[in-house]
Amino acid sequence: MASHEMLTIQGLGVSFDGFKAVDDLNFIVDRNELRVVIGPNGAGKTTLLDLICGKTKSTSGSIMFKTMDLTQMKEHAIVRAGVGRKFQTPSIYENLTVSENLEVSFPRGRTAFGALFFRRTADVAERVKNVAEEVMLNEKLDQQAALLSHGQKQWLEIGMLLMQDPELLMLDEPVAGMTVNEREQTAELLNRISKNRSVIVIEHDMEFVRKIAHKVTVLHQGKVIAEGSMDKVTADPRVIEVYLGH
Amino acid sequence: MNLLTKKLSKTDLIGVVVLSAIILVFFPSVFSIFRLNLIGKYLTYAFVGVSLVLLWGNGGILSLGQGVFFGLGGYCMAMFLKLEASDPIATKIQTTPGIPDFMDWNQITKLPLFWMPFKSLTFTILAILVIPAFFAFIIGVAMFKRRVGGVYFAIITQAVALILSVLIVGQQGLTGGINGITDLKTMHGWDIRSDSAKYILYYVNGTLLIGCVVFTRWVLSTKFGMLLLALREKEDRVRFSGYDVANFKTLAFCMSAVMCAIGGAMFTLQVGFMSPSFVGITPSIEMVIYTAVGGRMSVVGAVFGTLLVNFAKTFFSEEYPDLWLFLMGATFIGVVLLFPDGLAGLYERFGRPFVARMLRRSPSSRKKDEPTVAVAAALESGGKHG
Amino acid sequence: MSLNEIGSMVAMQGFSGLSLFTVLLLMALGLAIIFGQMGVINMAHGEFMAIGAYVVYLFSQLTQNFAPGLREVYFVPAVVAAFFVAAAVGYVVEVLLIRRLYKRPLDTLLATWGLSLAMQQFFRSFINPKEVSAELPEWLLGAFNPTPSIQVPRNGIFVMGLTILVTGGVYVLMLKSRWGIRIRATTQNRVMSSAVGINTDRVDRFTFALGCGIAGLAGAAFTTIGSTGPTSGSLYIVDTFLVVVFGGAANLIGTIASAFSIAQAQSLLEFFLTSAMAKVLTLLTIIIILMIRPQGLFTTKVRT
Repeated sequence: MASHEMLTIQGLGVSFDGFKAVDDLNFIVDRNELRVVIGPNGAGKTTLLDLICGKTKSTSGSIMFKTMDLTQMKEHAIVRAGVGRKFQTPSIYENLTVSENLEVSFPRGRTAFGALFFRRTADVAERVKNVAEEVMLNEKLDQQAALLSHGQKQWLEIGMLLMQDPELLMLDEPVAGMTVNEREQTAELLNRISKNRSVIVIEHDMEFVRKIAHKVTVLHQGKVIAEGSMDKVTADPRVIEVYLGH
Repeated sequence: MNLLTKKLSKTDLIGVVVLSAIILVFFPSVFSIFRLNLIGKYLTYAFVGVSLVLLWGNGGILSLGQGVFFGLGGYCMAMFLKLEASDPIATKIQTTPGIPDFMDWNQITKLPLFWMPFKSLTFTILAILVIPAFFAFIIGVAMFKRRVGGVYFAIITQAVALILSVLIVGQQGLTGGINGITDLKTMHGWDIRSDSAKYILYYVNGTLLIGCVVFTRWVLSTKFGMLLLALREKEDRVRFSGYDVANFKTLAFCMSAVMCAIGGAMFTLQVGFMSPSFVGITPSIEMVIYTAVGGRMSVVGAVFGTLLVNFAKTFFSEEYPDLWLFLMGATFIGVVLLFPDGLAGLYERFGRPFVARMLRRSPSSRKKDEPTVAVAAALESGGKHG
Repeated sequence: MSLNEIGSMVAMQGFSGLSLFTVLLLMALGLAIIFGQMGVINMAHGEFMAIGAYVVYLFSQLTQNFAPGLREVYFVPAVVAAFFVAAAVGYVVEVLLIRRLYKRPLDTLLATWGLSLAMQQFFRSFINPKEVSAELPEWLLGAFNPTPSIQVPRNGIFVMGLTILVTGGVYVLMLKSRWGIRIRATTQNRVMSSAVGINTDRVDRFTFALGCGIAGLAGAAFTTIGSTGPTSGSLYIVDTFLVVVFGGAANLIGTIASAFSIAQAQSLLEFFLTSAMAKVLTLLTIIIILMIRPQGLFTTKVRT
């Protein structure tokens, strides 16, 4: 694996009762790259993220993250290694406040006893403030998370991941349900945070994809059918046939 | 330090103070020693109630086998006390003096090996704390690491309770069987049956209970407590934030086990016996209702819930015995359908505004706002240094 | 002991294991439908069994007091009535209670425990606080001897026959009939089922009532073996749950296999140990196996 590669997937496959959700997939993401994965529903995009973060076990192939084989690791170990995953529906702690949500994601006090004796020292509070600013929630620190707007909940979840300072960030449809304005802000946010980490985004909104993507991968029926810059991919006849247009 | 006071809001502190006042001051001054001993018994059940606030109310883990840990603690203490009551002089009429009477009746001639360490009080106390925690650890690791949760876990805890109670009843010679271990007299020479002893034991019990209440409140205020609440709703999110969820659940389970065990040991001391009727399925599920009635997320509520249910049980069993089980059944259903937040919920809705209005109507000043501000400030500063 | 005698003992021991198997299976079938198919924990399942037993007892009392001549024929109608009474009560319970708790399994557990307490008290207050027995017809009493040294109790045969009938009935219902398809569709995908016109509410009520009705049948069958008291239902509830969970909850064959192995294991152990220790060991083994394989021993497919 070359030193500029963050994530190298080779021959990855998983089948559910005979149905191949992901089929002999090869996929490489470089450092500081923002890769967008698009494709029709059922193409295997979410399954790909599930496989990387350990939610689903693959039946073949390897997933190398830096020098570690993620297929051999448990979910929480993968997270601690530096992989953060945002789920499709906002997965935040509704009954805690924004700052509590962020604080709970601080990567210290991760063991049971560690969490028991965790102290909210100055660096924690500092980090919470910085991240909240980053995700545009610094005005809402004491607000109960359940009361945030849908878009703000998405930002909160991104913020919770940023607290962990992951080297690979994976976002599943981050702008689903957001207003046009919120999408603008999210695009800026993603461009900011990809400056020193790798990001994989699954999205359907082509406008949004164009604003953020360094490179685009198109999945269909569990396989990669096209990969390249946005222009190259949108002009590819196979992609047009299968996904984009009529 | 600031984490502690932020979470232990002034309401919590007031709640603990009021509870302490009621248990340590009000009850002893109002009730006779006989009734006080009864209340002391109920308060030992409250240990289980508090443990379930941590485990079930916050962690979402329903254990229908807390009686197992209550019983383990109780039996350890009972074994110690029984050995003391079975010294060779007191038992000289037995076929084999120096061993508990029920062993003699079962033709056992030598003290079984596992009874011997319980001659020492130090060992006994250690056993009360360590054995249930160890048990809970084994069960927790086996279940939670395999992602067995929810209903399956509840059923398995029931099965464990059943196994332990059948085992105890079946091994009459070793455990006293269905009658349990009775006729307990002294603890290091101190007669636990005397009135003065009962007073002292009541206060010890009350203090330990309040200690558990404060401990649980503290745990819930830490990051651990926040994560427990988080994994109740969104276990996946917690796991994908880098936490090994199984460890958190197991630690909570072990903590709750130790609390139940302390309750069990205090029960043995105050009531003077321990039997398998506290270990099985029915008592374990009954203990859940104490927490449910009190408000499963409220530690102080759990204590009041325990007292309320037990007062009601005693009253109805005496006056209208046929009605009691109907009432109990209705309570289970009612608490689930109508009052999920129990007494604590009722207090939040009706009691707190009432108290707030009382505080606002504080006398003396024409300026109506001042007393409120002064009172609030006093409470605030009381909280910060608490 | 002669070979003949040993053979007879083995046969009778095997038969007692089979007896226990049919008892567990009858109880587990009803619960497998309710828990396995619907995911509802009914802690009052044992009390529905008791309903069935009490219905048979009441028929027996009526016959004794008003129509002693019907003693030989009252039993079968009584068993049928047991099914319908238990099912009817189950229907009402589903509508009033279970329906409101569908997304909350732990709360359902607690609420149905409360229901079981109330039902036990009902039996105690309105039927009899003490254990009662139905007066069995002649053809159910005694044993018949296929060989001079083997004695096969008639009530055991009756229970077995009933179990085969019920199991076959459930199999046909679930796997071959239209209702069965509706039940399975609703459990697997409620939204889609209701979108294609299946009245999921009715299916739920029917399924729950069916499970309770089968429990009633089990209770009726037990009147041939022992007496019934207010707490009889709670005697076997934990075993029944373990049988269902052990068998993988969601499939019929698994339940059958699970009941069989547990029954055989327990009766075999009873041969060597006291019945208390046999029960402890069996339960312990089941739990340990469940810890190793939480999905049960007899599941065929693991869903992702």
